[in-house]
Amino acid sequence: MADVAATEGASACVNSIGNAIGMPQLCDAWFGNQIFWLVVTLVAIFFLLTRVALPRLGAVLAERTGTVSNDLAAAEDFKRQAEEAEETYQKALADARAEATRIGQEARDAIKADLDAAIADADARIAERTSESEAQIAEIRAGAAQSVTEVAKDVAAELVQALGGSADKGAVDAAVDSRVKGA
Amino acid sequence: MENDATDDVTAGEVPDTEAAVDAVGVTAEADHGGGLSFHPMDQFIVKPLFGDAGDPVYWYTITNATFWMLLTVACVALLLIVATRGRAIVPSRGQSVAELAYGFVHKMVEDVSGKDALVFFPYIFTLFLFILFSNFLALIPTSFSPTSHIAVTAVMAVAVFVTVTVVGFVKNGTAFLSLFWVSSAPLALRPILAVIEVISYFVRPVSHSVRLAGSIMAGHAVLKVFAGFAALVLAAPLAIFGVVAIYGLEVLVAAIQAYVFTILTCVYLKDALHPHH
Repeated sequence: MADVAATEGASACVNSIGNAIGMPQLCDAWFGNQIFWLVVTLVAIFFLLTRVALPRLGAVLAERTGTVSNDLAAAEDFKRQAEEAEETYQKALADARAEATRIGQEARDAIKADLDAAIADADARIAERTSESEAQIAEIRAGAAQSVTEVAKDVAAELVQALGGSADKGAVDAAVDSRVKGA
Repeated sequence: MENDATDDVTAGEVPDTEAAVDAVGVTAEADHGGGLSFHPMDQFIVKPLFGDAGDPVYWYTITNATFWMLLTVACVALLLIVATRGRAIVPSRGQSVAELAYGFVHKMVEDVSGKDALVFFPYIFTLFLFILFSNFLALIPTSFSPTSHIAVTAVMAVAVFVTVTVVGFVKNGTAFLSLFWVSSAPLALRPILAVIEVISYFVRPVSHSVRLAGSIMAGHAVLKVFAGFAALVLAAPLAIFGVVAIYGLEVLVAAIQAYVFTILTCVYLKDALHPHH
């Protein structure tokens, strides 16, 4: 055994043609080598992680979370602004509608007032013309009645004269007047 | 069978190397002249990377184990540093994977062990990345698998065990011993349970390390056995199908064993930080 170890170095676990003797996992000659290099490897990975990789990844992930939440907040803000704008628009629309209604009503009222005034004016003018016309008619009628009386008096006086009587003008007029009134 | 062979060798008798080969692998017909020859364990041999295969392996010798372990460091650097150099808000593919690994282990530590365990996150992430990359790199044909060696997994498991025990006592003082005193059990059962709990506590590093080394070693040995059968014309199609199937299984095992080792570390850490059941 000692000879073998001496001639083959640490290869008590490998035969002369390079095949494993037993389980290489149980070859204690190799433990030190593997443990040493394992520790080197793990320490190397640990330092790569703690010095470079983890701070970097942590920062990237934190930044991403920050960016996403900022973007979400901004989107929320924009949404709110859009809603406000919509509200303002609706309000403006309602105001305009009310204003339009008001202006329409006012115009209608003004027109109605004008119309009423015009109608009243026209009525007044018609009434005036009517009364004027009635006065003229009454005048004409009175003039006509008077003319009839005068004609009757003249005719009566002429008749009395023609019949050979001497007509007393006053008596004739009185008689005609009483007849005309009686009629 | 292999153990017997080892015993033969270490028993001090002049080892008949050919007989040992016969004991280790089934050597049919001539060893050098083709035919069936199974050496499923040869892939686990540690040998110097430079110089002759027979050169002695000292603790500082650069070996195939060194090469494949340092390759995991290169892969970690590639994934977590080179791929993330853009520090992009919208990540590239590589950065996505790095963030995925980071988030996966970070969440695991936080969910399983609690927020106060996050100080140990770099430590746990280191173990996870080493085991994951080591397992995957070991799937490259003719590679060497460091995690199939009990020396490697035992160092990691014992490191976890020591860390957990020290953290348990530092954080909780003697209250850490309440881990073994199951207060929810009937009083009469508690001493028995305490004995069982203590035994199970000390078996943890053994199961923790043997689980990983065993899975990887067994899978790779089976791959080699199937590959050995490929030399027979009649068995070759089945053997190649077997290699492909086992290889697929090994891809799963590589990831799952890394995950299992990591989550068990988290569970042990939880016991140390919060020993009350």
